[in-house]
Amino acid sequence: MGKRITIDPIPRIEGHLRIEVEVTGGKVTDAWSSGMLFRGLEIILQGRDPRDAPLITQRACGVCTYVHMASSVKCIDDAVKIKIPTNARIIRNLMMAAQHIHDHQVHFYHLHALDWVDIVSAVKADPKKTADLANAHSNAPGQGTKDFAAVRDKLKAFVDSGQLGPFANAYWGHPAYKLPPEANLMASKHYLDALKNQVKAAQLHAIFGGKNPHLQTAVPGGVTCGNYLNADRIAQFKYMLLEQIDFIKNVYIPDVLAVALFYKDWAAIGGTTNFLAWGEFPGEGEEPKNLFQPRGWIKNRELKHRMADPAKVTEEVSRSWYKDSQPVHPYNGVTEPMENAPLKTDGQLDEKGKYTWLKAPRYEGVPCEVGPLARTLVSYTAGQPETKKYVDYVLKTLGVGPEALFSTLGRTAGRAINCLVIAEQALTWVDDLVANLKKGDAKSYENWEFPAGEAQGVGLTDVPRGALGHWIKMKDGKISNYQMVVPSTWNLGPRDAKGQKGPVEESLIGTPIADPKQPLEVLRTVHSFDPCIACAVHVIDPESNEVHKVRAV
Amino acid sequence: MTKEADVFDGLLDKGVSRRDFMKFSTVMATTLGFLPTFAPQIAEAVTMKKRPPVIWIHLAECTGCSEAILRATYPFLADLVLDILSIDYHETIMVAAGQQAEDALHASMKANKGKYICVVEGAIPTKNNGIYGRIGGKTMLEVAKEVTGNALATICIGTCSSFGGVQAAAPNPTQAKGIGAALGIKPINISGCPPNPTNFVATIVHYLLLGKLPDLDENGRPLFAYGQSIHDNCPRRGHYESEEFVKVFGDEGTMKGWCLFEVGCKGPDTYNNCSILKFNNGTSWPIGAGAPCIGCSEPDFWDKMAPFFKQK
Repeated sequence: MGKRITIDPIPRIEGHLRIEVEVTGGKVTDAWSSGMLFRGLEIILQGRDPRDAPLITQRACGVCTYVHMASSVKCIDDAVKIKIPTNARIIRNLMMAAQHIHDHQVHFYHLHALDWVDIVSAVKADPKKTADLANAHSNAPGQGTKDFAAVRDKLKAFVDSGQLGPFANAYWGHPAYKLPPEANLMASKHYLDALKNQVKAAQLHAIFGGKNPHLQTAVPGGVTCGNYLNADRIAQFKYMLLEQIDFIKNVYIPDVLAVALFYKDWAAIGGTTNFLAWGEFPGEGEEPKNLFQPRGWIKNRELKHRMADPAKVTEEVSRSWYKDSQPVHPYNGVTEPMENAPLKTDGQLDEKGKYTWLKAPRYEGVPCEVGPLARTLVSYTAGQPETKKYVDYVLKTLGVGPEALFSTLGRTAGRAINCLVIAEQALTWVDDLVANLKKGDAKSYENWEFPAGEAQGVGLTDVPRGALGHWIKMKDGKISNYQMVVPSTWNLGPRDAKGQKGPVEESLIGTPIADPKQPLEVLRTVHSFDPCIACAVHVIDPESNEVHKVRAV
Repeated sequence: MTKEADVFDGLLDKGVSRRDFMKFSTVMATTLGFLPTFAPQIAEAVTMKKRPPVIWIHLAECTGCSEAILRATYPFLADLVLDILSIDYHETIMVAAGQQAEDALHASMKANKGKYICVVEGAIPTKNNGIYGRIGGKTMLEVAKEVTGNALATICIGTCSSFGGVQAAAPNPTQAKGIGAALGIKPINISGCPPNPTNFVATIVHYLLLGKLPDLDENGRPLFAYGQSIHDNCPRRGHYESEEFVKVFGDEGTMKGWCLFEVGCKGPDTYNNCSILKFNNGTSWPIGAGAPCIGCSEPDFWDKMAPFFKQK
């Protein structure tokens, strides 16, 4: 029987997550993932005006801001049977792209990087050697000896002040940190640069979104910002987007590659088995054919594209703090949250029983990882050229084969690749918008009425953390049922009744642990999923015991 | 050497140009309603030797308020973290996890007892003894009591901690409450969903400069930010008065920037400075982007201001 370690809170994620692992002979031999907060958003939606749903559901998460609004307006468009104008479709795509661009960069630098980068070691670095390293990998400006010396000195002064703030009591000097001081200093400077850069990435989002976080311009029928379809707003977007592409190409991607070269053993740690993507960025025509990022799934790590069908999704609660039921399609279930969410008397998760507020979504009965790696694998196997180009480039640079993608390193690289692919494609959508306006089409909204009686619809998106779906059922202009199946539920959900672990639980098995008291290696893999637990906790009505009866469309 | 020169030498050492810093101080001064001549005093206040400790806790929340602070400019978040404050606990950015995080929290609380600023993001779920929200095995109710109880002051950032927020919207399945209501204390409330980061930073600066907290309205919100309604300062007010309204999105009114009252705008009942500051360094704001104000800084707005695309 191995040693049980509890990590709660897990920092540098969104939301409240507890991870417990069992360590035997220096490796993880078992793992449990538990979401610790339940809020009840879908209950709150019942009986409300459907047009309010995009605003309410957006508050599922402020890190994943916009994404729920995007899925919500889509499911309402579907329910009221309205096709949005071309300009609105493009603007919604540009806003979704801006969210990916912001989110992935902040994730790598501010949520993930310090699992790989020892910021205290950076103060020992030689600034000239750091500059040589940085300039060998990228063309970014501000990478001279003086620039790195200034950051080194700033960090040294900070450390010397004795008030380490968010860097206090951490794992600096842990044997699992492998970067030399120069690489640490380079990455630390980029951490600070990226902190400034994300302000601009968020501005990019707000150009058409009204504000970030929590945008307001996507509505069922189109967008509200018809007044922004003018040359200077579009030019502002284009030039800020170019700046972002530059940062991704010259700072983000080179840093991921530099880190990967020192951590190649992580290409064999942290992988899962199946991957699902609903696809994203609709063009002209019908979904799923018109999706720039294709829909599909990968089974048993076989690099072969399979089409994905939302009708094949089930969710179950056998290991979650809800009263039991059979696995059911998300909108046909009957479940009831428990009045208590017990831990064992020793304070640990009940590993033999129920242990989380997250449900267990399954596709064709198996757990699936979702997110940028899933999108990258599905796009790669579907022959999507931009993804293929960058995946092949990364594999060649690192000198590894495609099996390396099924790992923590693969997931991290997949995020960077996906970010660049989306950012570059967004530039073409700006051109599409301009071309459409030149044709004289300034339409931004298609007016619609609530259908009489009942109506239902689904909105599938693929957002930074992965495959997301919203399902709505309405009657006489009021929400009668609302359901969300969210990426982090897929990734961080628990075991099912068959005992199949959720993706993060599976990924942790075999992780080497140098010091059980400082589980840095666990954090590396958990963070690679970019968890968002506020999004992930599924929601049931404790009063009516119903989960929302929405028929699949 | 004058005192002012000392301050700026220190800043130059830290890589902040005098121009940048005076710009920050002037923005802060203006936001707080001071004359710009206060700018040098603000500059001094924020470069004190020992940085004031801040303990930031996350409860039932979406992290949008933390993200909003990431958008701060002049000062940027890096300035807040490295130069101005000592953010001793913040789960979104801190590196220590699990036991190490808990130890860091308690070390700061002990060393700075009665002297740290507690920032709360998120509401407290209170139903069934608070089991719907736990951190490190303790309920959010327990954590909030402990951390606010030993603080110099508590600032609630966002509508969730101020007034309950989205999880408290009817029927409030977990009986979520704002911090003041749940704990029976009177925090400062920087409401908004999320709030404009400038208002939060300006509140901190007000405290650093004057050693006391700014004047508050009856909802505990700083008057410098929440003292006037959106409607009073709206650039589209002339259209309201001339009865030029957007009737349907995308119509002539939309293209001409007319008033959004008839598509549900709650500006007349909402107290905030969005129309003055705008968001994301002046990039835009909801009404400017043709989207009606939803009243996100007001108590119980999810119920009182809904439906959002109609007037009641």
